[in-house]
Amino acid sequence: MTALLSAANLSKRFRGLVAVDEVSFEVAAGEIFAVIGPNGAGKTTLFAIIAGALAPDDGTVTFAGARIDGLTPDAVCRRGIGRTFQNARPFPALSVEDNVIIGALLRRPDMRSARIHARAVLEALDLAEKRTAPASSLTLPDRKRLEVARALATEPKLLLLDEVMAGLRPTETDRMVAILKQLNRDTGTTILLIEHVMRAVMALASHVLVLHHGATIAQGAPEVVVRDPAVIASYLGAEAVG
Amino acid sequence: MSELWRAVTLRGRLVLAFALAVLLALPLVADRYVLSVLTLILYFAYVGQAWNLMMGYAGQLSLGHALYVGLGGYVAALLWLKFGIGPWLGVFAAVAVAAAFGAMIGWLGFRFGIAGVYFALLTIAFAEFTRIGFDHLGFTGGAAGLFLPFEEKRMGEWWNLRGGQLLFYYMALALASGAVLLVALITRSRLGYRWLAVREDETAARALGVDAFAVKMAAVVISSAMTAVGGVFYAFYYNNLFPSQVFEISRSIELILAPIVGGLGTVFGPVIGAFVLTPLGEVLITLTARLGVNAPGVKAVFYGVTLIVIICVMPSGVWPRIAGFLGLKGRAP
Repeated sequence: MTALLSAANLSKRFRGLVAVDEVSFEVAAGEIFAVIGPNGAGKTTLFAIIAGALAPDDGTVTFAGARIDGLTPDAVCRRGIGRTFQNARPFPALSVEDNVIIGALLRRPDMRSARIHARAVLEALDLAEKRTAPASSLTLPDRKRLEVARALATEPKLLLLDEVMAGLRPTETDRMVAILKQLNRDTGTTILLIEHVMRAVMALASHVLVLHHGATIAQGAPEVVVRDPAVIASYLGAEAVG
Repeated sequence: MSELWRAVTLRGRLVLAFALAVLLALPLVADRYVLSVLTLILYFAYVGQAWNLMMGYAGQLSLGHALYVGLGGYVAALLWLKFGIGPWLGVFAAVAVAAAFGAMIGWLGFRFGIAGVYFALLTIAFAEFTRIGFDHLGFTGGAAGLFLPFEEKRMGEWWNLRGGQLLFYYMALALASGAVLLVALITRSRLGYRWLAVREDETAARALGVDAFAVKMAAVVISSAMTAVGGVFYAFYYNNLFPSQVFEISRSIELILAPIVGGLGTVFGPVIGAFVLTPLGEVLITLTARLGVNAPGVKAVFYGVTLIVIICVMPSGVWPRIAGFLGLKGRAP
């Protein structure tokens, strides 16, 4: 397998604070890759750099063989990276379907095929029966799913998910895990996720990167990483493994 | 086009056909004064629609749209006066000049991230310094204004927009209907959806691959071009242009009232708004004149009060209420 996304020596500083400190990793095509770490570890900053929302101070991001660091968010999306926001940002006045159509328009030549594609995506995310509801009326779990649906509608090669499980009940988490697994299996979409819900990480990820104070403290298969003493000390706590 | 027609409910089609038939037949019964008020209503529906496209759909607040009316009017009037080029040709030059100004303002604002109220201030500034510029431009008549002479022999040359009330009424009707159709079509297009995305949440729109800069530029260029056509109409209808009148900020405000009252971001809002506001304003003027009260600011006060009431009582405008009442809510496609 070749790397679809590779980050090399990424650094980002905010005045004195080093938010991301020389982070390097590779995400292989078709895998599910998780980034974990305590609050303030730099996960969201790292995510923002990949998505084009921030430019790194040092280092490079390569996606599908081309440098993408410093590109604008819309250019990054057009290259084939779809993202969600940690705090869901639906287009509130638009219907659920119209929200997804806007994502679908990226690769669909006309409104009709965009609508058909949007409906298929809504179907896959269990939002089909809510398609005419205004996005502002959705509950949190539905908003999270809409966020994923919209990003998916852009038909990304790589899907960046920023804490899509946060605030979900365990059954809803399991449902989301199942959806993502199926998506990964059926379409081969590579997924990079930031997640606090370890249950979801363990169920999904084939590779885990652990950040602490902006730096990588461990990287590898999830079963191995969770037994790493440094990870336990800084993030998981001893009881999590027990 | 046919897809658009199919999206309209049967009741909507009937109401639309009826309204259009009434407007087409009105000159048979209406006198000159009523026609002049209707012309004004349709004019405001038209320019309101142009502004609605930019604010109501793309979410970009312009408070300087009088700039495009003025530029359109001046360009076409000057071509007619100085070179004898008729408005049917002049309108292209008018549109080009206004769209170029629109593009320049848009580029400055969007390229340098001047958004919201600050963008609105930028649009006001451009309208204001264009007004001051025109006050001092010799070949446009300066502050003394520009006049299109009344020529008996040219009357009835409709292709040169030389004619009576009836001509301008039908012109305004064509413009307003055309604008409604254009907005209905464009807002169902890819561009229209992207405008909505940018209006709702620009960051989220960009994350979905929407080139927000290009989309906003399209909005300001289309809106300024449309408004300039209204300016050509204005110049040939009133036959005079004064910088202090056409570029005034109060003109820009006047132009945005109909869509706000009628309903921002709706296809029929600007039309309904114009039909509500303009006649009331005219009645008020007639009334104060009859009563012998000299109150020059009364219309402005009236508009101000109406705006406050509408924003408090029906923040999304009159049209959504009327549409709901008449059962004209569009069928989900």
